[in-house]
Amino acid sequence: MKTYEIIDTTADIGIRAFGGDLPEVYANAALGMLSLITDTATVREELDRAIVINAPDSDALLVEWLNELIFLFDTEMLLFSRFEIVMPDRFRILARCFGEKADRTRHELKRGIKSATYHKLKVEQKKDGDFQAEVILDI
Amino acid sequence: MAEGWKGVIHKKDENRWEIEPTYKAGMRVPGLIYTSESMLAQIWEDQAFEQVVNVSFLPGIVGHSLAMPDIHFGYGFPIGGVAATRVKDGVVSPGGVGFDINCGVRLLRTNLSREEVKPYIEKLVYALYSNIPSGLGSEGKLRISDKELDKVLLKGSAWAVEKGFGQADDLICTEESGCIKNADPDKVSQRARKRGLPQIGTLGSGNHFLEIQAVDQIYDQEAARTMGILETGQILILIHTGSRGLGHQVCDDYIRTLGEATQRYGIDIPDRQLACAPVQSPEGQDYLAAMACAANYAWANRQCIAHWVRESFVRVMGKGPREIGLEQIYDVAHNIAKIERYMVEGKSETLCVHRKGATRAFPKGHPDLPAIYRNIGQPVLIPGDMGRYSYIAVGTETAMQETFGSTCHGAGRTQSRSAAKKGLRGSDVAYKLAMKGILVKSDSMGSLAEEASDAYKDVTEVVEVTEKAGISRKIARTVPLGVIKG
Repeated sequence: MKTYEIIDTTADIGIRAFGGDLPEVYANAALGMLSLITDTATVREELDRAIVINAPDSDALLVEWLNELIFLFDTEMLLFSRFEIVMPDRFRILARCFGEKADRTRHELKRGIKSATYHKLKVEQKKDGDFQAEVILDI
Repeated sequence: MAEGWKGVIHKKDENRWEIEPTYKAGMRVPGLIYTSESMLAQIWEDQAFEQVVNVSFLPGIVGHSLAMPDIHFGYGFPIGGVAATRVKDGVVSPGGVGFDINCGVRLLRTNLSREEVKPYIEKLVYALYSNIPSGLGSEGKLRISDKELDKVLLKGSAWAVEKGFGQADDLICTEESGCIKNADPDKVSQRARKRGLPQIGTLGSGNHFLEIQAVDQIYDQEAARTMGILETGQILILIHTGSRGLGHQVCDDYIRTLGEATQRYGIDIPDRQLACAPVQSPEGQDYLAAMACAANYAWANRQCIAHWVRESFVRVMGKGPREIGLEQIYDVAHNIAKIERYMVEGKSETLCVHRKGATRAFPKGHPDLPAIYRNIGQPVLIPGDMGRYSYIAVGTETAMQETFGSTCHGAGRTQSRSAAKKGLRGSDVAYKLAMKGILVKSDSMGSLAEEASDAYKDVTEVVEVTEKAGISRKIARTVPLGVIKG
């Protein structure tokens, strides 16, 4: 199963993420976003970081989750390549994020991301039972 | 498909295109797009047009929901969007300013000519690149404490000048003298501060850049002379950056806060990204106070960078600063909300003017202009893309009457980043530019391809529309010689 794909917009870039359940779709959305910053295959699992996110709805939860990862990159240069996510309910993410601090000698830093946006934002369950999420990022 | 706009967007004249408020239930005012017919199809296709319509829903909006000719898709507001709301009963929307609060440009002049600089261009580009932190994840050379950051947020450019970065004259030639007065650092979150602390004095990445340019056309000798632009071939330096992570986080924080407020005040908006609150409400006032902090941070940022530009030129050219004549022409914000007074239906009204990817364009005689520009109007700085031109213009009386003293801000994208990149490597772009005599240094070759010339509208076409519509008047045109791309 495909984990994510990139959506094209005029000024910026979007992510369409897939998953069998909500935790998987949130994890894949994060991987998709990080792949825009660097090649996530080059990111080693040298540290892990626990994150808790709450939001009033599952759409906002996606924006808050991705914005937390943007914040960690912006302030600590943290890159991640794997996530273990538990969701006690639809509005809460408990995540363990595995990765390392960006190292310019090994990671090509492709572009910065200002923020995840609410534009065309969507987290939904499809007819076949799988989940899908779409989010546009301001570059 | 390409002409789908027909019947929806009505031609008022060659450069003004209107959308009637009957187009969609909820529109409070008509939409007005300044554009040529040839650029309309693009505006229609990337949904920027629909965003002009959405903005017209904002409570208290007066006149038109406006778009400048460089309009393209944004979040909530289109880029190139201008909207004025009444302070007494209207709203303020962070989406009307954007994520990069006070992203803007600063232009410096020199006494140098293209010929004098030519043998030094590689050295200059290299010196600027190493002296000014740029690119993704770059940290500034300035180490400031959290307490010091408060001063940056309160004082803006003046903070940098006090620290020895630049001179008092720079402040005179900066919009708002480089400081919005109602800034309140307590309204800026810890997260925003944490993002902003290491990034003060950095150019950043994406579309931010620093350019060594040569004047190649002068349209109004006298106005140009007032700005210190004397002849073609003269070297100018353009700095384009904003409030970095601090501004992005302020926008994030307040879209969330104002999103809740929008519901609480029962405001009906067609797009969550247009979250807003009454200007006079605590939420609206808090946003404006935080936005002012981010705007001031951006001015301090450009002030520090301008200082390092001067340093680099002095070192490489082996001449004194006076001899080089590195003076500031002007510094303008491209993403900002300002409280200004205009005549609305014959009455003087205090308005909150949102400019998102638009430039303030005050005419000659306006009391907010520094004395030196009072006879020509406020300088308007319009960067193009890397391979073509940039323009210097001035504000006009027509802008005061039609666009709340606003005009365009740049070229505007026409292609997505991945389309721009398709089959194009950053090194190809650098090669193509080098063949045209333009030297580019970038931290990321990928970002270079995404910002290739073909991804943008031709800035000349954009400026022609504003010229013909009369909302700004062009003074001079420049071409790039050396570019530092973040």
